[in-house]
Amino acid sequence: MALPATVNDATAGAAHATPPAPGAAARRPASRLLPRLLLAPAVTSLLLWMIVPLAMTIYFSLVRYNLMQPGAHPFIGLRNFEFFVTDGAFVPAVMNTLMLLGSVIAITVVAGIGLALLINDPFPGQAVVRILLISPFFVMPSVNALMWKNMMMHPIYGVLAQLMRAVGLTPIDWLASYPLLAITLMIAWQWLPFACLIFITALQSMDREQLEAARMDGATYLQQVRYLYLPHLARPAAVVIMIEMIFLMSVFAEIFTTTGGGPGYASTNVAFLIFSQALLNFDVGVASAGGLFAVLLANIAAVFLIRMIGKNLES
Amino acid sequence: MAYLQLNAIEKYFGDNRAIKGVNLTIEKGEFIVFVGPSGCGKSTLLRLIAGLEVIDGGNLVLDGRDITHLPSSKRDLAMVFQSYALYPHMTVFDNLSFALKLAGTDPQVLRSKVERAAEILNLTPYLERTPKQLSGGQRQRVAIGRAIVRAPKVFLFDEPLSNLDAALRVQTRVEIARLHRELGATTIYVTHDQVEAMTLADRVVVLRDGNIEQVGTPLELYDRPANRFVAQFIGTPQMNVVPVEELPELAGTVGVHAGSLGLRPEHVAMAEDGQGALPATVELVEALGNETLVYARLASGSQLVCKQNARTRARVGDRVGLRLDAGHVHIFDTAGQACAR
Repeated sequence: MALPATVNDATAGAAHATPPAPGAAARRPASRLLPRLLLAPAVTSLLLWMIVPLAMTIYFSLVRYNLMQPGAHPFIGLRNFEFFVTDGAFVPAVMNTLMLLGSVIAITVVAGIGLALLINDPFPGQAVVRILLISPFFVMPSVNALMWKNMMMHPIYGVLAQLMRAVGLTPIDWLASYPLLAITLMIAWQWLPFACLIFITALQSMDREQLEAARMDGATYLQQVRYLYLPHLARPAAVVIMIEMIFLMSVFAEIFTTTGGGPGYASTNVAFLIFSQALLNFDVGVASAGGLFAVLLANIAAVFLIRMIGKNLES
Repeated sequence: MAYLQLNAIEKYFGDNRAIKGVNLTIEKGEFIVFVGPSGCGKSTLLRLIAGLEVIDGGNLVLDGRDITHLPSSKRDLAMVFQSYALYPHMTVFDNLSFALKLAGTDPQVLRSKVERAAEILNLTPYLERTPKQLSGGQRQRVAIGRAIVRAPKVFLFDEPLSNLDAALRVQTRVEIARLHRELGATTIYVTHDQVEAMTLADRVVVLRDGNIEQVGTPLELYDRPANRFVAQFIGTPQMNVVPVEELPELAGTVGVHAGSLGLRPEHVAMAEDGQGALPATVELVEALGNETLVYARLASGSQLVCKQNARTRARVGDRVGLRLDAGHVHIFDTAGQACAR
């Protein structure tokens, strides 16, 4: 009882000589433990949330597991990956995924910037126009696909067919002749509002005095776009590209509802290929291997993106 | 023939007549300062001259050419904005050369002009930096440099120092005065800071509610304000203005019977209680070191500010006497216009 008291006295004396440092050092381990303990439940549950599905997918990808062949699930190494990669649909699916990503992003960014610039200056009815521009984003993907399939692109009574007939052209069966283009159009229509929204918001933070300075410097509107608006929009464009990339990698509903991946593999992307392996071929093993491949693909894209956007956000 | 002429310039924002027919002539090489309280229209007037707002009435003539409806880039003016408005994605060099580049200037000429401006403003080491990498004062200099490079007929400054801290503001003010001396360029400068107005201007234009209240050299405005508004706007602390009835003795001396009397704080002296002409009670003492401001309330109710260079022992609540310098009284009629003595 006496000893701790003298120790306390000593530290108190030391604290006088050299202010808080010794006391704080003595208290630190305890003060670190408590927040970690408090964080643990959240971190653990999030970790399990991620680890369990991933571990199961990895496990399934390494065993022979076909729902049509009940029984044991023998370990077969990387054979599932081999099957997936050598599948005739694999190369077209990867190419289609990249094409879809690239063209939808290009269309939405270019058209989004164009539209945002167009409706940036006040005009009567601006608020209504903005809401109309945003509204396609609220349409569910499957509804969007059905609408394009049956109302816009139908070769007989679709709007596009009517228009083409009206000017004397032969209507095109979009989904049969240009399936990937058709799906690209649908998805671009759906995602254009998102891009537009981001760019409209970004334009509102454009510095008015900078534009006035440019006007006094003799910049025409196009020169203002080139030297002021576009550099200003670089950062929001990076955000649009990143978010669209994440979501468009897994496009599924539009393909499922319209072309079903066909004709042939003409509109099959990786997500749809995995679906067809799992639920059309009932091969859980190969599908899991495909899922892991998709994770890999997403990570490669993520590395590039984070580099690009990190650079963009630095300045 | 005046260099820049404003003839009955008018501006409406909706039904609000923001600029109410301003007439002003500016000579070549003059440094003109627009000063006034916020909302007086000084910035609007500058923007009208710059062509950033449409002129609704009257006309604007620069060097014999009517520029009322020309686009701002064709007016041969350059403006320094309050926020500097530098192009954030361009280097200092590109910022400085932007106007020349758009005008299709020969790259060699452009480079030499930019380098010359950078030299004048000590920006040469920073030409490859972007605005984000510069301090506030350096950005300010780039903004001025962007105007200089164009060699305009008139420089326009819109409260250029309001984003700088106090020390830098004084330094930049001196710098702008030096630049004006060296370049001899006609300059219009908007500020709400009367110290800037007094130190920089050849002539000061005092504005209120879209009208010019008075135009004159800084000392003219200080010594002979045209009305009560100008008298109280120019000078810190404000001129004391007291109704004639409250100072019957002084009114008798200068021979006025109606209106009000104005006395600058330095023309009010403090004395011991009972020795001054006017008994008063000290309400507040502001000791600034080099000078002391004493706020004293007269028995009749008005407050007078007394500025003296000596320190004082007066405390709040003390009874003191005030001596008013009858030789420096400003007389205002009941409408607030200054009267000759």
